[in-house]
This record gives sequence, structure tokens and C-alpha cells, in this order.
Amino acid sequence: MKRLKRIIEKLIEGILTVSGAVTTIVILLIVVFLFREGAGLFRSPAVEKGYVLCVDAGNTVTHLGPKQIKEIFDWEIENWKDVGGRDQQIVVFRFEEIFSRYSDEELGADYELLPEKLGEVISSTPGIIAFIPKQYMPENVPGIKVLRSDDITLSDFLGGREWIPTATPAPQFGVLPLIMGTLWVSLFAIIIALPLGLGVAIYLSELAGERMRKILKPTIELLAGIPSVVYGFFGLVVLVPLIQKVFGLPVGETALAGSVILAIMALPTIITVAEDAMRNTPRAMREASLALGASNWQTIYKVIVPYAASGISAAVVLGIGRAIGETMAVLMVTGNAAVMPHSLFEPVRTIPATIAAELGEAPAGGAHYQALFLLGCILFVITMIISVTAEAISKRQPNRGL
Amino acid sequence: MIETKNIDFYYGDFHALKNISMKMEANTVTALIGPSGCGKSTFLRLFNRMNDLIPGAKLTGECLIDGQDIYGKSVQVDELRKKVGMVFQKPNPFPKSIFENVAYGLRVNGVKDRNFIKQRVEESLVGAALWDEVKDKLKKSAFELSGGQQQRLCIARALAISPSVLLMDEPASALDPISTSKVEELIHELKRDYTIVIVTHNMQQAARISDKTGFFMLGELVEYSDTKKMFLNPEKQQTQNYITGRFG
Ligand SMILES: Nc1ncnc2c1ncn2[C@@H]1O[C@H](COP(=O)(O)OP(=O)(O)O)[C@@H](O)[C@H]1O
Ligand SMILES: [Mg+2]
Repeated sequence: MKRLKRIIEKLIEGILTVSGAVTTIVILLIVVFLFREGAGLFRSPAVEKGYVLCVDAGNTVTHLGPKQIKEIFDWEIENWKDVGGRDQQIVVFRFEEIFSRYSDEELGADYELLPEKLGEVISSTPGIIAFIPKQYMPENVPGIKVLRSDDITLSDFLGGREWIPTATPAPQFGVLPLIMGTLWVSLFAIIIALPLGLGVAIYLSELAGERMRKILKPTIELLAGIPSVVYGFFGLVVLVPLIQKVFGLPVGETALAGSVILAIMALPTIITVAEDAMRNTPRAMREASLALGASNWQTIYKVIVPYAASGISAAVVLGIGRAIGETMAVLMVTGNAAVMPHSLFEPVRTIPATIAAELGEAPAGGAHYQALFLLGCILFVITMIISVTAEAISKRQPNRGL
Repeated sequence: MIETKNIDFYYGDFHALKNISMKMEANTVTALIGPSGCGKSTFLRLFNRMNDLIPGAKLTGECLIDGQDIYGKSVQVDELRKKVGMVFQKPNPFPKSIFENVAYGLRVNGVKDRNFIKQRVEESLVGAALWDEVKDKLKKSAFELSGGQQQRLCIARALAISPSVLLMDEPASALDPISTSKVEELIHELKRDYTIVIVTHNMQQAARISDKTGFFMLGELVEYSDTKKMFLNPEKQQTQNYITGRFG
């Protein structure tokens, strides 16, 4: 009898250990997968896949970065000396132009003469930069030179201020606007939600009568279960027009709309978790404070809130976690412009919204696809930093002379 | 002086205290004894109106401290609680530093003068016979103290606001024998300045430290007299049975 019991206990222990280990490993693998898929981006050349950049042989420039390429093709850089070459006007040549210079007969029925003609154009135009498909690259023409394009670097990625994944010839994968968009929307969501949530939690746990609490608590918990599209829909139909009207904006889809929606969505979590934490403050603490002549309010803010601090910070983390990771509702109300946010009243785009909106159209394995995975990694790192910080704060609490 | 006249107390429908009239002199220690659940804590918590917090509780009768009806309309509960300190059964320091625990009562009562607070904290810790043990670690968390030290800290915390009455609800029940004897010694010292009412389930303790003893049973005050008389020569058979360890 006793032995059987011991064997069963051992068995259960084993199962628990295994399931814990499996879960941990799966989660780790997912993270590794994310990083591995994303890391390929830093081995991709800045130029779109299957294309090359050619210059005339006399050009001293040997390689260009993604940003430089983009600026050249946008006519923002017009002289080779700005990218480290000689003082010479840049002549931008896009592949399509070949068809306006030569007739179809001249290029051959199967375009078999196209590479030759390209070679002629490039070698005879000093200062030219030509963007052409690899398959039509002129072979063995002495007058032309293929430019090496730099790989996309970490600083291009993290420091870049432009996110234009479909730009030719060089897509721009600067995530700064997306990170800023995410942080802005989340930060203001928390600024709105935290005081409100804490207030309601205090009301519910300390001030509301038993009847009131019995009605309010389940209602609030119910709100946490509403799918985010519904909130997004509400935001789109009610909040966005309201914001547009109240602030007299050209469009209502703004960072502010995103923040308000997120705040509304984070509130139930913050309220429930914070309220639980405060109600779990031992009665002895409350009584000790009251017995010393403290008022109800003094007891709340000097004893109950500090005592529940770790629970409250858990509430905040869960709230922020929801805010930062939230996709749908935000996608619907923020306007999704991938530009650096300057104010709350402009459209912004967040990281999750970007992933959700673009993953479907990014070819698997391509630079765009990899960049989206890296965005996932960044999101992961941000949430990790937040929860580690919160953990540290809540650990420190009891030992401090509050 | 504390006096109750015909106190009846109800938790909802439950009649917890039945017609209790009792007088406790200033600067004495009054012990309340009786089997568990007989209403000792309920009775004790009347004097700082701690029972007010319990929904559905009802009180009739009069409860006077120094001649004033503490349930009167003009009485402010937090003012009353400054005059009537309480030490609970289980040590319940705040999750704050030792210093801040003792200073708490002063701070919530609006004392700002830092020197005064410092002085009161020291006096209170000395009064609670804890000063020598903690004077070098006032900034440390109260949770780092042992159970016995924590209970003396709670006593110091109660003393800091200079109450005139000190209520103690089985203050030594969670402590080891050495800490218990320290607390008992302390109670003996404190008698000079405070009126003390102490609940205890420990008969020897009641006999050692109190001047008068009240014996409760099933919400009634069975017998109330000088401690010596109570333990040597009780009037009622019930008291006799309880003291000698026979229930009935
Ligand atoms: N908050 C409460 N609500 C309802 N009944 C209570 C409450 N507190 C105590 N009682 C009841 O009142 C009686 C007296 O309790 P108490 O004063 O704590 O007894 P003692 O301290 O003598 O052990 C017990 O029967 C107990 O169950
Ligand atoms: Mg009791």
C-alpha cells in the first residue's frame, strides 16, 4: 500500500518535471526560430534579389549601402562625390528605359540582344548607375562595372527612419518608426489606463459595498473576454470620428485613437489583478493601521497599496503586455502610416500591426519576410525587458522602508 | 478607567456578548480568560471600536472610557484609537523598516517634526524593551526580526502615540517561552503608565501578570474579581472547573 503510494507520487513528480521541461524547451525553440528566421536579413544585399547595379568602368565607387541607393534613385543624391566618388553628375538609369531607346527589332525577338545594348548604354554614359535584372547583365563588356551592394546592417535596421519594404531598387527596413509607434501608443495607453484602473481597483476592493462589487466585478471580468476586433470596430466607428471632430484633425486614425482603445482593453486586466492584490492584503495589516488611528484613506495609500505593490506591478505588466502585443484593434484605428511619430494626433504604425498586415504579402525567405521576423524579435525583447523590470521592482518592495 | 454597562453584542443573529457590566481601574492589568470562542476578543475589540469594521455587527449598552461614552455621536473613531492602543495576537508589523513601523502612528496623526519622531521612536522602543536589540538596524525591514521581537515592535508601535489604554489580544500566544517572559515583564513595567486589558488563554500568565481577572463563558461574564481571589478561591463552580482544567 505504502509502496504503491510512493510509486504513484514518483510518477506524478516525473510527469510534472517532464511537462515543465517540454514546455520550456518548446518556448525556447520558438524564440530560437524567430531569431534564426530573422537573422538572415543581415546577410541579404541591400539591392532587391535578382537585380544588380552597374556603373561605367571609369567610376571609382565600388559599393553602396541601402540608404545611399535609395537616395540616388530618389534623386536626393545627385553627385557621385556625395557617396565617395569623383565630382560627377549621377545619371540614373532604370531598366525600363532601354525599351524607349531601342526598338523591339534592335533588342531581338527573345531580347537576346538586350544585354549587349545595355552594355553599350552603360559604357558610353559616364556617371551612369543602372538597375538591371541579373539575367540581362552584359557579360564580358570591358566598359562596365558591377557595384557591390553592402549587406543590410544592424544599424540600417535599428537606426533606419524609413520602413518601405517594397521600394526598388533598395527596400528600406528601418524599424525606428515602428518601434516609436509601438512605444508611443503603448505608453499613452498605460498613462490613461493605470490611474483609472488603480482607481477602480481601490474603489472595488475598499470602498464599494458588497452588492456593488458583486455586480461590477463580473461585468469587468466579462469585458476582458471581448475579442479585440470588436474593440477595434468600436474604435473605428465611434472613437475615430470623435477624435477627428474634437481635435479638428484631417483624419481621426491617430496614435491617440490607438492609445485610448488599448487603454480600454487593458483596463479589465489591470483592475482585476490589482483588485485581487489589494483584497489579499491581510486583515491584520488593515487592522494594525486603523488601530493606530489612521483613517481609511491613510490605510489605503500607506499600507494596502504598498503591500499590494507587487501584485499591482503584475497588473501593470499584464496591462502593458496586452497593449504592446495587441494587433487587431490597433491596426484598425491608428492609420498605419510607417512614419516617425511627432505627436499623438498623427497616424502611426505599431510593430504587431506591421507584422499582421505585411506577413501575407512578403515572399517566404525574402528580406522583407526576414525583417518581419526580426520585428517579432524586437517585440519579444521589449516585453521581456518590461517583465524583468517589473519583477525587479516587485522583488525590491518588501525590504524597502516604504 | 474603563466601564461597560449592560453590553450586548451581536454578529448578525449570533448573540456574542450577553449583558456584560464591568469596571477596570486605571493603571491596573485586567486579564480576560475563558474557553476559546467565548467572546474575549469581541469584548476587547469594543474598546477601540475595531468591531465597527464587521458588517452586520450590532451593539447595545454603554461603554465608557474616562467617563466618556466611546460610542457617542461626537466621538471620532480615529481620535479614540489614538487613546486606546492595541496589540494583536499574531505580530503584524508593516512591510516597512523598523523605524517606520514605530513612526507610523505619529505620521498618520500628522506629526511632521523629525526630531520629535526620532525621539518618540527611541522612547517607544526603549519602553518595549527592544531598543538595545534594534538600535543599529532601524532601517532594516521589520520582517528581519524574530517573532518575539516583532511582537515587541508592535507594542512599541502602539506606545509611540502615547495611548492611555493598551488592549492586548493574546499577545504572547504565538511566541516562544523566552519571548513570552520578556513580554510579560514588559507588561508589568507598562502598568505604571497604562491601563492594560489583556486576553489570554494561559491561566498561569493571567495569574502572574494581572491584578484583576474576568472569566468569560459562552458570551457571559461568569466571574470578575481580584486575580488572587479568583485563582485561590473562586466563587462559581464553573470558574473553579475551568481553572483546574475541568470543563463543564
Ligand atoms: N466576524 C465575526 N462574524 C461572526 N461571528 C464571529 C465573528 N468573530 C467572532 N465570531 C464569533 O463570536 C464568538 C466569539 O468570538 P471571539 O470573541 O473571537 O472569541 P475568543 O476571542 O474568546 O476566542 C465565536 O463564537 C465566534 O465564532
Ligand atoms: Mg480571541
